[in-house]
Amino acid sequence: MTAAPSAILLDLVERRARRRGGRAGRHITLIAGIAILGIVAAASLAAPLITHYNPDTLDPLRPLAPPFSSGHILGTDEFGRDIFARILYGGRIDLLIAFGATGVTLVAGTAIGLVSGYFGGWVDAVLMRIVDLFFAFPFFVLVIAIVAMLGPSIFNMFVAIWLTSWISYARITRGHTIILKGREYVLAAKALGYRHHRVMLRHILPNVVSFVLIFAMVDAVGNVLLGAALGFLGLGAKPPSPEWGAMISDGQNYILSSWWLSTLPGLAIVVVGVGFSLLGDGLADLLRVGD
Amino acid sequence: MTEPILTVDGLHTFIGTDSGVVRAVDGVSFTLQRGEILGLVGESGSGKSVTCRTLMGLMPSPPAWWAGDVRYAGLPGRNLLDARERELQRLRGAHLSMIFQDPMSALNPVMRVGDQIEEAVAAHERLGPRERRRRALELFDRVGIPAASRRMRSYPHEFSGGMRQRVLIAVAIASRPKVLFADEPTTALDVIIQDQILSLLLELQRDSGMSMVLVSHDLGVIAEMCDRIAVMYAGEIAELADTATLLTKPRHPYTISLLRSLPETEQRTRFLPSIVGTPPQLIDVEPGCRFAPRCPLAERECHEWTTELLTAEGGAHLVRCRRHDDARRSETWPVQSFA
Amino acid sequence: MARYSFVLRRLLQVIPVLFGITLITFFLLHLIPGDPALQILGSSYTKARGDAIRHALGLDRPLVRQYLLFMQHLFHGSVGESIFFHEPARTVIEERLPATMFLIGYSAVVATLISVPAGIISALRQGGIFDQAARITTLVGFAMPGFWLGIIFILIFSIHLNLFPVNGYGSGFVGHIDHLFLPALTIALAFSTILIRTLRSSTLAVLAADYIDTAKIKGISRFRILSRHVFRNAVVSVVVVFGINLAFLISGTVIIENVFSIPGLGSLLVDSVSTRDYPVVQGVTLVFAVMVVGINLLTDVVHAALDPRVVLE
Repeated sequence: MTAAPSAILLDLVERRARRRGGRAGRHITLIAGIAILGIVAAASLAAPLITHYNPDTLDPLRPLAPPFSSGHILGTDEFGRDIFARILYGGRIDLLIAFGATGVTLVAGTAIGLVSGYFGGWVDAVLMRIVDLFFAFPFFVLVIAIVAMLGPSIFNMFVAIWLTSWISYARITRGHTIILKGREYVLAAKALGYRHHRVMLRHILPNVVSFVLIFAMVDAVGNVLLGAALGFLGLGAKPPSPEWGAMISDGQNYILSSWWLSTLPGLAIVVVGVGFSLLGDGLADLLRVGD
Repeated sequence: MTEPILTVDGLHTFIGTDSGVVRAVDGVSFTLQRGEILGLVGESGSGKSVTCRTLMGLMPSPPAWWAGDVRYAGLPGRNLLDARERELQRLRGAHLSMIFQDPMSALNPVMRVGDQIEEAVAAHERLGPRERRRRALELFDRVGIPAASRRMRSYPHEFSGGMRQRVLIAVAIASRPKVLFADEPTTALDVIIQDQILSLLLELQRDSGMSMVLVSHDLGVIAEMCDRIAVMYAGEIAELADTATLLTKPRHPYTISLLRSLPETEQRTRFLPSIVGTPPQLIDVEPGCRFAPRCPLAERECHEWTTELLTAEGGAHLVRCRRHDDARRSETWPVQSFA
Repeated sequence: MARYSFVLRRLLQVIPVLFGITLITFFLLHLIPGDPALQILGSSYTKARGDAIRHALGLDRPLVRQYLLFMQHLFHGSVGESIFFHEPARTVIEERLPATMFLIGYSAVVATLISVPAGIISALRQGGIFDQAARITTLVGFAMPGFWLGIIFILIFSIHLNLFPVNGYGSGFVGHIDHLFLPALTIALAFSTILIRTLRSSTLAVLAADYIDTAKIKGISRFRILSRHVFRNAVVSVVVVFGINLAFLISGTVIIENVFSIPGLGSLLVDSVSTRDYPVVQGVTLVFAVMVVGINLLTDVVHAALDPRVVLE
């Protein structure tokens, strides 16, 4: 038995393992996601500092200018409005949708799921029946129907999302709560006489949070796409709003001659979506490692 | 002395992980004689399962890589580890076979049990459906599953644990292998069923004359079944001897400690001595004897000694300890403290 | 035998869900802030016309009776009168249903043809070039708005390359296949981003399972292992995911119909929002919901057929 074969083998395995990406690689998705979203958020918030154009400033002398024309990096639309400025300011709306719609449904849905799973009984039965019911509707259709009834506007779009999106969070949280309810540390806490809300908040919730957050990232992408879709259909943000979906819709008429009107805002949506997805993947890797 | 059916020389299996390279099997050598049952005993992580899986070619690669010289009588002149996929396929089932620890996860959940056995039966021979069915029923009978023809159409989840293990055994012996690796075949089962399965294995082995490598962490099971025993620790063989010798005249401090930690029904001791500490992580192994950190007999030299298997008493007894003569004498052992 | 009672039980479970759907659809009308008649008539509002509309919508009755009336109409196959088309809403919906059904089926088929090979190959060659490429593509693809992709496809394939018609439904089966190819592809790509990931991870899980080792030690061919053991098991979890996400696929048709001007239920829905045609909105929502329930039921049945362990739950 010589040392030589094992040394050769060791070297081989180490080389192969290194090639597949070491520790630093693991966190790169998380960092990339945060970076992308950070840049987009910063850019749209600091829009006045970046460009001197307003999203509504008309320039009747230079309509439909292609990208890289003088003074307009991304060109102008049919009214001569600067596309770059519109995208930056539009980002505020779409990011607001991503965080505002997702944030509320996350909190509400998680709370409902927590209560439902923890207390069980008829409360659980009733709440879950309602959840199942909502799941029977194709999400987008229901949102459109609600917006139809309330009247198309950005605010009503938010209301429609709030009314329908919480169910996913409720289901996830309830499922995990039920599993955790039987875990020993929860039983121990109860045996010690801790009040319900303390057990729920200090013992169950922290363990559910990671799953919820990961799902929230996926949901955020969905909400951005949803907001853009409604804007595209004219059911959410309406002209002259620089919301990205509405911009794509406007640009349809000029697609033959001026492709950048519709294409560029779409790219912006993709960038934001990718940012959230990377963030979600990165979180999943991070949190599962700790599990 | 006839030629052994399987000779393993210097087997190494290294697994690349995010935390480093795990040296799961680090220089294992042994022979398997025809018709004998060899036991591989050790704690989890000692490398006994990985050894068998490597020999069967079941280690996923990447991340695992292996080296060594393995000679199987049915593949003369070739290193078994160099065998190509096609050759391995020919050998598996008809020459080398294996049964696994968890019978529930080792059976395809969406396939009827009868079909799974028939598949094994037909793997190496061209058989008509009726002949396949007949052989499968025969196997069912052989492994002691009653109401065979009805049971054939059942799914694995409809069977009890013991029954499932019998099915696995039937699958493993369907093509009449010469060597059977049994990886903890009874660990997941109730004690009473364990006995039945072990008896079945013994019976099958005697009838067919096949050689067996029995892996377990349970020294009791190994002692009952095996002709020779290899004690594994931290990816290496610590001691190798025939059963009687190992149980009555062990020489490696690890083996001795293991034997001492078995509850003896005759003795009435209030304390059960256990071995202090835990087995080492097999990443970045330190030089010297791997058991030294936990060994009551360890000296300074033990931590620097490049270990090898030493021969004791005439050659059939191998020990990886430089103090094995001392270990035989009870006065060298420090007084037991039960902290 | 147990499987048949399982199907029966599932069918029975559907009934309360259907009732619940009618309840929610009914309540949609009551979300309208203020007076629906005012919304509908706008500037041509007079008290007489307003009363007529309110009566037609059943709003002049107590709530419970409204619901009963709604259900009564439903049992007779009616969802009210379309305010815009001046026809029974049902007629309008029936006209538009075929195009949507065709699009959904077409998209599902294309999605399967794309996802199954991609997912399985990604898993078998884990970490390889194909796998990495697939991961990046699905990551970016997931974030792409369907309507945007649709427009780009029209630009490239219909206008510049002249390969496919720009919009519409076409006539005859071949015509449908031709006209609906780009829309179906657009929807299928979005759907595939989820399917490929799921198929990949379920195949990986199966590959790591012990029964694959058992299959190997029998000495059977690699092909047999892949088909009867790997694929057969991976498919089970995919069927479930397919079914769940089919509801999202249906949502996708709504906007794609709009982009490609396909005369289906989705475009009907969107149009009816602007015309304030509330009965049609309710009717379409109801039909879509029933479709989802039907698909979920079908998914459960197929799942039970593929996986004998299901019945025990």
